[in-house]
Amino acid sequence: MTSETPALELRGLRKRFGQIQANEDIHLRVREGSIHAIIGENGAGKSTAMKMVYGLYRPDEGRILLRGVQREWDSPSDAIAAGIGMVHQHFMLAGPYDAIENIVAGAEPEAPAWRFLPRAFRPVDRAGARARLEALSRQYGLQVDFASPVEELAVGVQQRIEILKLLYREASILILDEPTAVLTPQETTELFANLRRLRAEGKTILIITHKLKEVMALADQVTVFRAGRIVGDVARERTNVEELASMMVGRRVNLQIQAPPAPPRGEPVLEVRGLCLTPASSGERPLRELGLEVHAGEIVGIAGVEGNGQSELLQVLLHPRDYRARSQGEIRCLGRTILNPGGGERPLSTARIKALGVGVIPEDRHRQGLLLERPVAENFLLGLQGRAPFSRHGFLSGRSAREAATRALEEYDIRPRSLDVAAAGLSGGNQQKLVIAREFEGKPRLLIAAQPTRGVDVGAIEFIHRRIFRARDEGAGVLLVSSELDEILVLSDRILVIYEGRIVARFARGEASEQELGMHMGGGARA
Amino acid sequence: MRALLQPVLAVALGLALGLLVTAVAGESPWRVLTILGQSAFGSPYDLGMTLFYATPLIFTGLAVALPLHAGLFNIGAEGQLTLGALAAAAVGALFPSVPWPLAPVLAVLAAFAAGALWGYIPGWLRARRGSHEVINTIMLNFVAAGLASYVTLYLLKNPESQNPETQAIGAGYVLSRLTWFGDAPLSTALFLALLAAFLVWAFLWKTVAGFESRAVGGNEAAARTAGIRERRARILAMTLAGGLAGLVGVGEVLGNAGRFRLGFSPDFGFIGIAVALLARGRASGVVAAALLFGALHKGTSDLDLETENVTRDLSLILQALVILSVSADGLWTWLRKRRAS
Repeated sequence: MTSETPALELRGLRKRFGQIQANEDIHLRVREGSIHAIIGENGAGKSTAMKMVYGLYRPDEGRILLRGVQREWDSPSDAIAAGIGMVHQHFMLAGPYDAIENIVAGAEPEAPAWRFLPRAFRPVDRAGARARLEALSRQYGLQVDFASPVEELAVGVQQRIEILKLLYREASILILDEPTAVLTPQETTELFANLRRLRAEGKTILIITHKLKEVMALADQVTVFRAGRIVGDVARERTNVEELASMMVGRRVNLQIQAPPAPPRGEPVLEVRGLCLTPASSGERPLRELGLEVHAGEIVGIAGVEGNGQSELLQVLLHPRDYRARSQGEIRCLGRTILNPGGGERPLSTARIKALGVGVIPEDRHRQGLLLERPVAENFLLGLQGRAPFSRHGFLSGRSAREAATRALEEYDIRPRSLDVAAAGLSGGNQQKLVIAREFEGKPRLLIAAQPTRGVDVGAIEFIHRRIFRARDEGAGVLLVSSELDEILVLSDRILVIYEGRIVARFARGEASEQELGMHMGGGARA
Repeated sequence: MRALLQPVLAVALGLALGLLVTAVAGESPWRVLTILGQSAFGSPYDLGMTLFYATPLIFTGLAVALPLHAGLFNIGAEGQLTLGALAAAAVGALFPSVPWPLAPVLAVLAAFAAGALWGYIPGWLRARRGSHEVINTIMLNFVAAGLASYVTLYLLKNPESQNPETQAIGAGYVLSRLTWFGDAPLSTALFLALLAAFLVWAFLWKTVAGFESRAVGGNEAAARTAGIRERRARILAMTLAGGLAGLVGVGEVLGNAGRFRLGFSPDFGFIGIAVALLARGRASGVVAAALLFGALHKGTSDLDLETENVTRDLSLILQALVILSVSADGLWTWLRKRRAS
């Protein structure tokens, strides 16, 4: 390490919330003009530390030094004035407004001719703002459409707008929270190019992430958080993915679990033929002649960039009644026709479909999977409430529900081991394990698993993958939808690639390379 | 323990603030407090009046609280209770010779059914047509009022009375008064209200349908994904709520007036909203909050008469201060936080 003054230095930061020691003894030096990755599992304290850096929390103890000078700030606006800004995982953009308006909001340039008016009434100098932003955009290679409402722009572009927002405010230290969580593989590549360019222009970048491959591809230095403390601080070239994962989790983890041999393929449990869907709104994607089959005892993975019809496919499978008027084709599930608009029968209700033996790990567990404010026990019961032994003659049996839930907490290692905490109080990985425990409790013959490890800790990913294999080995058919290529490659016995609402390629396990899949996912093979 | 302590402290704080106001007006706080206590609980009669005022508020409080769990806001208890009372009176007037105990059972069913219909309509409109229940229940309040005056004045008018009321119900319908409370018009309808509170609790926490309603209220998308018929759950919650509000008619018609009197309700349906919110939607809380409102209503109504300086308006301010301090959720969390840090 050189003796140059670090861009940012943390000395002994400490923060506690009530009973929880969120950060303890945080010492960190971030070199000027470097990309510094902050990694750790959910709840390891990395976000808390970064929130102290950009002014959202005040440290209980310890000092923050900016280029060798001790600084304190009361709010994020103080931090940004000092040159530190943050791009949040969930963008802070006003959808109907264009990029210029979003970027200058709160720091609007004023047209000089109107200085005589009181401040609040002075018009914004749009032309001036645009000129400055275009210059910034050229300097850093951040291509943005400045004229359209931001809600019409791709997620990757929105992220660039967020970065420009900080650059416009002359930030020299940029913190990005899980920047690739919402990006397609192509957008991720572009983001990395942008970040390298920013580094070349002298900016200092901190990225908070849990994707170790990305850390290895991008970062100069890596700091590992665990249980509120820093447990490792290493140069990228002196470490590797396995070592980082072990530091994060505190034990050896198996990142690429070996697929157990597949059992013999059984009867089809899901058959989709010629499924077409006409979108009802601009947010919905069409499905075009989509066909697929899932047999008992196999995992069929659907690979694809998000927004190519995966969500719509899942919705039609689960709620065919809502789509009867706008769909064509036929879906059969566990021997029953659940949708056949041509045949004139009424599609099955969601309740009936689930009762056939369908388990669902929904795409978005917060929105579709959990009653966040309700206790764990009730979340475990959700969807099982009508079945014996959880109820008889319409009356709940609180005891058998609690017994089964207690067993599940143990078996799936869900922490804390409490039935009475609200689901919102669990970490992402534990929430997902709760959803999985519940869906497996119903002994599904068809498991629909959408993004089963999204936002889940490294340690829990391994566990969830093993569970999915076990469900397959016990004879269930699994339809896996994931935007993580690694996950698709590890789990799937067969891989289908979805692009613009169609299945454009089919592979058996081991047939396809990552590059080949990536090409099909981008529609490359058709163009 | 805190669950019990907090509301008691809140009532005390509200009373203290109220007494401060009356002290400024020139009345000794001790005297005001004594009158309040005496008037609300001082004699069997006074206690009976308090319970009499509380009875309809239990029903309407439940009628608001139950749909809250399903994520619905029932502003229509006023219309539902009007129709419930009208139906009870209509049955009693049209079939006066039905004997006890069949008669009150019939009237209770009629009151429940009429109210339930008035809850089903906005429930159906919300579930099937997506139109918001707040607007529809408010509108249906007006329709119910119009319907009630038409039926009262043109179909069931009591010819011997100057007042806008229906003919009297048959003798077999009349509920017995609770004689421990002297002349207070408190009837066995109070027990029906307590039973209703118990049943609402049991429905919400012990039945599959209740669980499903709460799941829909907690997260509709998750409930749908789990295979819960969210439309049915919503319609059911509103229908039951309407029926509960309709039961107000039992106490009023069978227990008190013996007929339907136009405009008998001093906004029980709307006070029910405050009762339910104060109770945080809990059935036992509804009973407690209804008692508080009953006691305040009875207690403050005598302040005006028995003191020089506490006018009717001031006594309303006192009531409002108690309610405000009980419902000031934020205050308590703030206090707790301060103590923690």
